[in-house]
Amino acid sequence: MYAAALLGVLVTMVIELILASRGPTVFDRILAVNTFGTMTILLIALCGYHFGRPDFMDLALIYALLNFIGSVAVAKFSRFGNLARDHRRHASGEDPNP
Amino acid sequence: MIDSLLHALVWILLVGGAAFCVIGAVGMLRLPDFYTRTHAATLPDTLGAGMILLGLMLQSGLNLPLLGEGASLRIGDGNTLVTLKLLTLLLFLLATGPASTHALVKAAYARGIRWNQASPQDDSSDSKHADPD
Amino acid sequence: MYDLPPSPQSLSGKETGPLLIALVVTLSALWLLWSGIYDNTLILGLGACSIAFVVWMTRRMHRVAEAKAGYTLGPRLITYLPWLGWEIVKANFQVARIILDPKLPISPRLIRVPVPQQTDLGRVIYANSITLTPGTVSLDLRGDGLLVHALTHEAAEGVLSGEMERRVNRMERPS
Repeated sequence: MYAAALLGVLVTMVIELILASRGPTVFDRILAVNTFGTMTILLIALCGYHFGRPDFMDLALIYALLNFIGSVAVAKFSRFGNLARDHRRHASGEDPNP
Repeated sequence: MIDSLLHALVWILLVGGAAFCVIGAVGMLRLPDFYTRTHAATLPDTLGAGMILLGLMLQSGLNLPLLGEGASLRIGDGNTLVTLKLLTLLLFLLATGPASTHALVKAAYARGIRWNQASPQDDSSDSKHADPD
Repeated sequence: MYDLPPSPQSLSGKETGPLLIALVVTLSALWLLWSGIYDNTLILGLGACSIAFVVWMTRRMHRVAEAKAGYTLGPRLITYLPWLGWEIVKANFQVARIILDPKLPISPRLIRVPVPQQTDLGRVIYANSITLTPGTVSLDLRGDGLLVHALTHEAAEGVLSGEMERRVNRMERPS
């Protein structure tokens, strides 16, 4: 039962890896890596059940937190080229990137 | 009887969720440009993760001692703490998935990533978005 | 290191007190529930440190007002979320059918929809709901307009019909 779902998740991960290497833009790659992260969370959760160790759920939770922060940070960096944007200078919310 | 019904439901949810993950990945392979690929990428994030985690939640089940030790309400494995963690995980994924997708799409739009197919019908006023590069 | 500007809905120091206590109580309950360890001083101390850090960060970011909106909006989400969930399931099946169709019948388009919500939180919930529904992605939220990329005409019509907008509005201002 878990093995079937694990197989589907692993197939998805392989396709995401292909997509991440194919590109063509950096945003396609980030999108693929983002979905790869979601699949990793599901993989950890399913593995916990498959191997009879539901404590793995804590790892899945931590991974979900890291995955979110990571993808937002990479998206922000690819937009601004800088993670600590000066909010006082751009307080109006307009795009500093021409 | 109720146990086999639960078991069948868990099967359906797990396999269905995995199927949606694969369909989403196939869609990301087939769709022509970045913006349409984001639509396919929401499939594993919403129903794929949702069905798999819901299936695991049903499997771990509940164990509520409503009527004392001997007569508790018990469904599935009776691992309430794990069910709560799965629920938190699902809510967290549903809350953060659109946020990171939006951050990514907004960054791509600000950097002027364009459609590489026939230009879509553009109803918006700022359609003449300058290409920064 | 920069301080974020205060949000327009910033509260005075007097009003934030009960909100911070509510935040501490919520965070403590979550920590105790998930750790499941109640007799280890080190673990409990680390929990207290984490809670203090989160409260400090919330104050520093001037985002206590959003926490208030969260506490009042929370119960109303209970009626909104099932509807949103059903919409997501329907949209998932539509997008899955499009992907599996050999002809790939997509007609991407860009639409601008009004965002009548008053509070930042209401706008974020509306934009997030649009992104969460497969087939539509919110591109840019600026002023009172939201730029939405839709995969098909049906998905675009679904957003333009405005049912989600009405529901988020109703949740924001019940009466």
